[in-house]
Amino acid sequence: MTGTSGVELLKPIEDVGGAAQPLLQVTGLTKHFPVRGGLFGARKTVRAVDDVSFSIAKGETVGIVGESGCGKSTTARLLMHLMARDAGEIIYDGRQVGRALSLRELRRGMQMVFQDSYASLNPRLTIEESIAFGPKVHGMADMVARAQARELLGKVGLRPENFAGRYPHEISGGQRQRVNIARALALSPRLVILDEAVSALDKSVEAQVLNLLADLKREFGLTYLFISHDLNVVRYISDRVLVMYLGEVVELGPVDQVWDAPAHPYTRALLAAMPSSDPDRRTETPPISGDPPNPIDPPAGCRFHTRCPFAEPLCAGATPKLAALDKMGHQAACYMAIPGSGHSRAPQQEGGRNT
Amino acid sequence: MSAMTEIALQAPPATRSRGYWATVGRRILRDKVSLVCAVILIAIFLSAICAPWLGLADPYQGSMIRRLRHIGTVGYPLGTDELGRDMLARLIYGGRLSLIIGILPVILAFVIGTSLGLVAGYVGGKVNTAIMRTIDVFYAFPSVLLAIAISGALGAGIVNSIVSLTVVFIPQITRVSESVTTSVRNMDFVEAARASGAGPFTIMRVHMLGNVLGPIFVYATGLISVSMILAAGLSFLGLGTKPPEPEWGLMLNTLRTAIYVNPWVAALPGVMIFAVSIGFNLLSDGLRSAMDIRN
Repeated sequence: MTGTSGVELLKPIEDVGGAAQPLLQVTGLTKHFPVRGGLFGARKTVRAVDDVSFSIAKGETVGIVGESGCGKSTTARLLMHLMARDAGEIIYDGRQVGRALSLRELRRGMQMVFQDSYASLNPRLTIEESIAFGPKVHGMADMVARAQARELLGKVGLRPENFAGRYPHEISGGQRQRVNIARALALSPRLVILDEAVSALDKSVEAQVLNLLADLKREFGLTYLFISHDLNVVRYISDRVLVMYLGEVVELGPVDQVWDAPAHPYTRALLAAMPSSDPDRRTETPPISGDPPNPIDPPAGCRFHTRCPFAEPLCAGATPKLAALDKMGHQAACYMAIPGSGHSRAPQQEGGRNT
Repeated sequence: MSAMTEIALQAPPATRSRGYWATVGRRILRDKVSLVCAVILIAIFLSAICAPWLGLADPYQGSMIRRLRHIGTVGYPLGTDELGRDMLARLIYGGRLSLIIGILPVILAFVIGTSLGLVAGYVGGKVNTAIMRTIDVFYAFPSVLLAIAISGALGAGIVNSIVSLTVVFIPQITRVSESVTTSVRNMDFVEAARASGAGPFTIMRVHMLGNVLGPIFVYATGLISVSMILAAGLSFLGLGTKPPEPEWGLMLNTLRTAIYVNPWVAALPGVMIFAVSIGFNLLSDGLRSAMDIRN
């Protein structure tokens, strides 16, 4: 249907580890930003991302949720190596980035779609040129790259003959986001990071783009890391989900388990804050009070204890580690979920769970 | 293909879009003020370039008996100067030097200043500090004073005044270039280009330059008038062109003694400087709005 058929897309980087090897393994990812309070103020640090670890299996969609400022986007930029991390290890398909896998190769294996569809396209380049830019950087001839760009425009549902020569300001937000997706796909990545990629679109367009993402995932065998603050969207698209609070992962697990039986009080508050479409089940009282604490000076112990209705003296002490709740991979960093932790609501024996 | 993607396929209008510069050109043509300015400037340019073939009187040939004739005198449509030379010929020939002195320093400063600002803004950090603080040292001097100082140190002459004016304009253009670059470099499309693995030079060439050039170009166009006035000032002080070379600034200087005798003729070189300056100023204003294609 695209007109210019038979154009070879860039070959994806080869699968090294096999199906059992996670596509991405992240351990201890940390990024602290130095901030100076005034000219002679003391140097402080914002703990934007603090010791974040997770893995993404091949073909899976992992969601990251959390309120603004919790480090979702910083995590995405660290994974893309758009900013240097302070600590942590990133392993792509069994190969450590920077050692066995060069940054240049990683860029072909991992691409990103940004939230602001307008700012993420160069206003001076036509859509075709924007999509063809990446492959040309990786040595593809101009004509081939342009032909591939047109092919990809067809794949994201934009007729190339109408859109290839247009400029970003001439098309709508939803169409621009499709272009951004095509641009990300131009390097044949296996992992696509979608950083609030549909958040700025209106609901009907958002649904179209989400379906497009699902189609593309099937067609190209993609793996998604889907960052969003919209819990409904995350539930719809994700297999597994990470809940972040103030730069830390507080809960992670299969999306159904986390939604049906949230173990961390923060996750519970997030889910309770979701607007309901049923007027009989309206949320009257805010489930969580106050603003998130200043990340420059995060509270000691569990970072959520200042807003947690179940906080006990124990919570202000040591930081709780992620603990497994079941065999499905559901984990939470809360003393109430760790058996025998000393919290009054913690389960008494192994295997039980307090809800 | 699913039903959802079909919807997007039906939506697009089928008109083909023009290139960026074609759009800008079309918008300039619709702007009356810019169009008039462009026509006047082109007329002045063409007459200066074609001066030898216009059948004008010799601009160097004076006559003691025909000094300071009024505008409209038979044979001398714009009168004669204090040495009896034909004003029309001198004004048109004078445009050659005046325009070169007005435009060349701006072009040179545009090339150098844009590059410096682009590097400073894109690389940032210590490189930025090194470039911008050095620029600040030059920026601290008033531009007229700096031009006079450099011209004075290098000695009188056209080449030296071009050099001194270039040095005066580099800091100003670098500052504009640096601030525009800094704002563009934080945009997502530059991040996206880095994420696709492009090196700094490719990014600067493909993604930065096109977005940075517009505002700097408009600013530089405005500087042409400043350059012409400064050059006139240098000639006035005897640091630029030497008599009997026709040049508007120098002519203004020598004719000032005749201001009580024949004020209209004495004002003519000033009128030319004014016309070209205001022409470039209004044209740069028109360019600014025409290049903002988003509205």
